[in-house]
Amino acid sequence: MSRLGTITRRSFMGLGVAATGGLAVGYYFYTKPFPNPLIAMAAEGDAVFNPYVKIAADNTITIIAPRAEMGQGVHTTLAALVAEELDVSLDQVNVEHGLPGKAYYNEAMMVEGGPFPFFDEGFMAEATRGSMKVVSKFLALQMTGGSSATIDAFVKMREAGCAARLVLVAAAAEHWGVDAGTLRTSGGVITNHVNNETLTYGEISEAAAQLEPPSKLPLRPRSEWKTLGKSQPRVEGLDKVTGGRIFGIDVQLPDMLYGTVKISPRFGVGAVSVDKNAALKVAGVLDIIDIESTTGSGFGIIAENTWAAFQGADALEVEWATPDYPANTDGMKSMLDIAMATNSDFTLGKVGNVEKEFNNTDSENFFGAVYDAPYLAHTTMEPMNATAHFKDGKLEMWIGTQGPGLAQSTCAALLGIKTEDVTVNTTRMGGGFGRRGEVDVPLYAAAMAAKTGGRPIKVTWSREEDMRHDTYRPIATAQFRASLTDDGDITGLDVDIASPSILTSLLGRTFPSIPAGGTEKIVLEGAFDQPSTIPNRRYQAHIVDLPVPIGFWRSVGNSFNGFFQESFIDEVAHVSGKDPLEFRLSMMNDEEHRPAREVLKKVAKMANWGGSLPAGKGQGIAHALSFGTWVAQVVQVDVTDDVVKIEKVWCAADLGLVLDPDNVKAQMMSGIVYGLSQALGQEITFSDHEVEQYNFYDFDAMRMHQCPEIVVELLENSHRMGGAGEPGTPPSTPALANAIYASTGKRIRSMPLSHAIDFA
Amino acid sequence: MKLTINGTTHEFEAAANMPLLWALRDILDIKGPKFGCGVSACGACTVLINGEPVRSCTYNVSDVEGEVTTIEGLPINGKLHAVQQAWLKHQVPQCGYCQSGQIMAAVALLNTISNPTDTDIDDAMTNLCRCGTYPKIKAAIKDAAAMLEVNR
Repeated sequence: MSRLGTITRRSFMGLGVAATGGLAVGYYFYTKPFPNPLIAMAAEGDAVFNPYVKIAADNTITIIAPRAEMGQGVHTTLAALVAEELDVSLDQVNVEHGLPGKAYYNEAMMVEGGPFPFFDEGFMAEATRGSMKVVSKFLALQMTGGSSATIDAFVKMREAGCAARLVLVAAAAEHWGVDAGTLRTSGGVITNHVNNETLTYGEISEAAAQLEPPSKLPLRPRSEWKTLGKSQPRVEGLDKVTGGRIFGIDVQLPDMLYGTVKISPRFGVGAVSVDKNAALKVAGVLDIIDIESTTGSGFGIIAENTWAAFQGADALEVEWATPDYPANTDGMKSMLDIAMATNSDFTLGKVGNVEKEFNNTDSENFFGAVYDAPYLAHTTMEPMNATAHFKDGKLEMWIGTQGPGLAQSTCAALLGIKTEDVTVNTTRMGGGFGRRGEVDVPLYAAAMAAKTGGRPIKVTWSREEDMRHDTYRPIATAQFRASLTDDGDITGLDVDIASPSILTSLLGRTFPSIPAGGTEKIVLEGAFDQPSTIPNRRYQAHIVDLPVPIGFWRSVGNSFNGFFQESFIDEVAHVSGKDPLEFRLSMMNDEEHRPAREVLKKVAKMANWGGSLPAGKGQGIAHALSFGTWVAQVVQVDVTDDVVKIEKVWCAADLGLVLDPDNVKAQMMSGIVYGLSQALGQEITFSDHEVEQYNFYDFDAMRMHQCPEIVVELLENSHRMGGAGEPGTPPSTPALANAIYASTGKRIRSMPLSHAIDFA
Repeated sequence: MKLTINGTTHEFEAAANMPLLWALRDILDIKGPKFGCGVSACGACTVLINGEPVRSCTYNVSDVEGEVTTIEGLPINGKLHAVQQAWLKHQVPQCGYCQSGQIMAAVALLNTISNPTDTDIDDAMTNLCRCGTYPKIKAAIKDAAAMLEVNR
């Protein structure tokens, strides 16, 4: 049993509590207990077993899945962890996000934050993982991100189900005066085969919740799983085909006002002058307030309905100040070039001595290439929104957020109230992709709620506001140089990557008092941490100081570095006259690289790699390890009359352990479409210090007629469980660029690929 | 202003230039149609007017003539429409936000073409989905077409 397992098992000692009894016994991690947030949520008669399970007397079983459901299916999979051990089926339970609480902090999200590859189990890597666990406990952030939710929950939520079932059985045994070992559970019912009597969990729950679960929680082996490992229908599926009111934007409260925001489109500066007259004359506009926050400055429009608020925002005449960053994209790219030409900020993944190897290599045996990728917006389908109600010194919010605890603490600080006086109700989300962990949305709503005279207000951003005030995927550029043998094998690889720092940007707007800086592996992730046995390697980061807000965009640094590195490897393969698949396999020879080799071989077989194709068609291959998951993809294109049609994508993924096969396949499919969408034409550009894009007509994504057939297969060779939400994205773009090269001989090194070739 | 929505007549006051979407969502509290772009570019707001698919975010409420159907009006006597059943069977939705609009667009397609080809689907289903559920949408539409054929 891992250290985590030991700790969480111990943590369940003495957690039985009935809300009606008022006995609050904590949920212990390490030595300090976190309070159980479920106690505040419990209704009269609810028996609370631990932060994840409550059961009402009428046998209504509620499972708390305290992670953001933004489409990735996390509520279903997390509920399945509890249901498996509680011995109930998923259609018997209610699944709720629950209120924020430190008890729900995400340990796994930070564990891989150190500068080590996922497969590195050396002393330093493991020691860093251990200390990251302590840090994450200390910060106690309840976040959804980094494809980490299921990894984090895998032991603790099964233990939550097991602990509840054991005390339910113990209470039933006491009731009947029999040995607990003679009782059987199934479907939320306890059966006594001696007297043929039954008790529902609800009938015995109040008594059961008073009992302490045993210190040893015998989790079921995989061979006995009934729910886990099998594809489950989504717990919120019916809501999503009937127009259910489940999203933040659907919140409706009595006496509610509506609003929107108009925040400075120039980052880091506010208004020089404003004329509110025309806006205040718009029918239905009630008030316009000033907003000042760490995330932006501007105005909040308070109105009788959303349409009036949007019109008011359009009519609001503002002159914005001039910031000191470059006015346009070319100026920003120059800053990347300057950073690239100066000394590096830090180096990771250093193996052998690349400088010495380069000095010993003949000048004709070098190959180099330069790549770049633009800023990108997240464009979740549901535009940013939050509903806030500030009354009698207390704030209640309804928001689709990946970080409810952050929303709570930052809004409390903004309004000068205590954190415990802020209640955050986390709704389901119309997409997240990393955007919904940001605090700008709750902050603006809280600021506006303070100016409504105690009435609740729903603040909805227009698509234009959403597009132009994102926390963008950063701009990046990379230089790759390789020394080769006469046979074309790589002996040395020197990589330089220039990009702004996501953590500096994030800390600046979220925790301004915490200084940023130092090694940020995000800039190099997807490059330095890939399975490789190239004998001499070096990856240098060049951090660019640009104040454009940047953040976590599905697969983060892997989203550009995957494209850069896997394009480069493909280029070298062609230069060396080698098959791109065989060439990759020849450079990942260590035993711990086996999952990479297996997914590559698998996907090659699925795609009939190397088979003959009609003229105009081509296949490209790529592999990326991200968030603990190894993913290989083959993209097949058809190029007719210089127009690219993406015909088919094959994907082999290895998460180590698959809890819901269909959902994982759906996540891979989703990650592929999200990745390919950027190649088709996505880019955020600047002029006059402002984002030039407004809406889907100038920042679109893949549509039905462009979507390829996608086939996904799952393997389980990896040594530890990986994530599902993001790893499908990184290999998709290089596989596409490599396929276009295979078909046309045209190498495209700059994103979006649509600048160099047309897509259907 | 008077509108018949999902078989029920509603009387309400709204600015003449207010898009139908906001009248539905903010005034009549019908939340199935979603706001995605405000410029007819994504289709999350798709409703039917006399059976024709319309992007309600740019359709003035005062211009509506005829009966409006939103996703709330699809089930008959509590039974889900074949398209909704097919969506569940194929587990189409991920985040689900665009799916009200996708389902309405699919219903309109099947009302016009009972057995659509891939090309018919590509041409009719122009709604945006950021989760990339397109392959499942396509499969579900074909399944729904088969279900409707059996019931015909």
